[in-house]
Amino acid sequence: MILPGKRRGKDDPSGKFYLIMGHMSDSPTLSFSDIRRQFPILDKQIHGKPLVYFDNSATTQKPNSVLEAITEYYTKYNANIHRGVHQLAEESTDIWEKSRQTVASFFRAHPEELIVTRNTTEALNLLARGWGESQVKPGEVILVGLSEHHSNFVPWQKLADRQQAKFMTLPIASEGLLDLPAIFALLKEHKNQLRVISIQQASNTLGSLMDISAVSQMLKDLKIRDQVLLSVDAAQSAAHQPINFKTWDVDAVSFSGHKMYGPMGIGGLLVKSKRLAEFEPVLYGGGMISTVLPEETTYAEDVQDRFTAGTPDVASLYGLAAACDFLKEIGWPAILAHEEELTQYALDQLKKLPEITIVGPQNMRDEAGKQQRIGAISFLYQQVHAHDVAQILDRHGVAVRSGQHCTMPLHVSQGWLATTRASFGVYNTKSEVDTLISALKDVKRVFGRQVKN
Amino acid sequence: MDDLYQDFILDHYKNPRNFGHLDGEKVSSEMTNLSCGDGIKVDVKLDDQGIITDVAWQGEGCAISMAAASVVSEWAVGQPLKAVKEMPIDEIVAKLGLEQISHSRMKCAYLFVHAIQKIEATDKGRSSS
Repeated sequence: MILPGKRRGKDDPSGKFYLIMGHMSDSPTLSFSDIRRQFPILDKQIHGKPLVYFDNSATTQKPNSVLEAITEYYTKYNANIHRGVHQLAEESTDIWEKSRQTVASFFRAHPEELIVTRNTTEALNLLARGWGESQVKPGEVILVGLSEHHSNFVPWQKLADRQQAKFMTLPIASEGLLDLPAIFALLKEHKNQLRVISIQQASNTLGSLMDISAVSQMLKDLKIRDQVLLSVDAAQSAAHQPINFKTWDVDAVSFSGHKMYGPMGIGGLLVKSKRLAEFEPVLYGGGMISTVLPEETTYAEDVQDRFTAGTPDVASLYGLAAACDFLKEIGWPAILAHEEELTQYALDQLKKLPEITIVGPQNMRDEAGKQQRIGAISFLYQQVHAHDVAQILDRHGVAVRSGQHCTMPLHVSQGWLATTRASFGVYNTKSEVDTLISALKDVKRVFGRQVKN
Repeated sequence: MDDLYQDFILDHYKNPRNFGHLDGEKVSSEMTNLSCGDGIKVDVKLDDQGIITDVAWQGEGCAISMAAASVVSEWAVGQPLKAVKEMPIDEIVAKLGLEQISHSRMKCAYLFVHAIQKIEATDKGRSSS
């Protein structure tokens, strides 16, 4: 990260970042062990065993550069932004602006297209209320995927209630991918009333990648692309798939910092400019106004200000910018290659256990060689409840998630009481997958043994 | 650390006591914890003093929820309905033969009692869900 117009001195965060990474060049090559060493929490022991952190879909761990960015902000740059003439306020505002630029450009978006939020849930709520309440009319149709996370399901369901619109779900095919022919038929049937489609880029339960570009193309073929808000929930995918907001024909993308090696409490909503023009602010107060008088209040002219009310979490945004730089350092080719190799290995090992049924795509790539999933693998364990599986895995230091992963519509539609999910990050290894497998064999031993009556 | 899956608990999980349903005059209630994936239906017979004379339950869930239902239902026969409703979590945990249970498993252990809490003694002969 090179801050334009700044020399790389010892107090310059980007310079320090490069020192931490052990290189002083602009594009260093990182070894895997370099990457893993950046995460101090991975040295933690769980019940006397090394931590095997396979819950990255829930939240990711943070590298040193992110932790240090946050501390550095509070020790060197902390002041309220936009509101002061003094030097510290100037520096803090600079950090805020530059971090916005870094985060927006990570997604190939313009800073004016980025609304900083707390997380994906807040972004989607903001989209549903800020855009939906003035744009969606009675009788219009809102479509979401059946496998959506509750945060991309409930806001739209409630918007439909409020606006007297129709709320419907998109059919998914086996393995959790979009059923494109069925979806096209649905879009055609409702083409005159269709107003919103909101889909996850990757399912947090199934790991399946949704072909959103195909849906975008369908809308164009039906000549209704402009009338429909096409929203993407990128919570799961932001750290696993490169997003080019400039060339991707969608209207809005929501993401969470904490799922992409950044801190909790920060995220964003990317909105194409023409859609932003249709937005109404949802949160009112300081920072988003132009004039405030008893008779009337007007909103800030600057789009970036209009949708940020109150003091934002500058430190966390700075941390998120450091996370973006961390990912840029590794580079997408390395991230994708590592994830593919690790996930396919895990799928292959899991398939050898007869008690286990993987839900979602069984392989990284489909028959045509196209990538169809990310490294989030959920499975059923024959005759053992997901909670019990997770509990026994925990005894071995392996952290997974069990339950419905905030995807109750999906679980109920498929008749799954609960599933267990292992999800990978940039620091996970094949050896850790081997630990998972042997821990899963322990589940069989515990539940399969004869008990005294 | 307690072995959560000791023989006693696994036995109650694999051979749950009072598993099934009751015929005749009874009160029933259901409790589901869909976000975890646990669900239970309880049938209870009460005498005029509100004492449980018979109990049966059916459900699907984790080992802790099912074992706790089995263990507590065994104890519940002969107890006033009120006593079962007011049963504190640490008593349930103790009945399971454990010293403690993690925060995340408390709801599992509590499922049966939670279902019982939905039953009113005055509901005799009617079902309450």
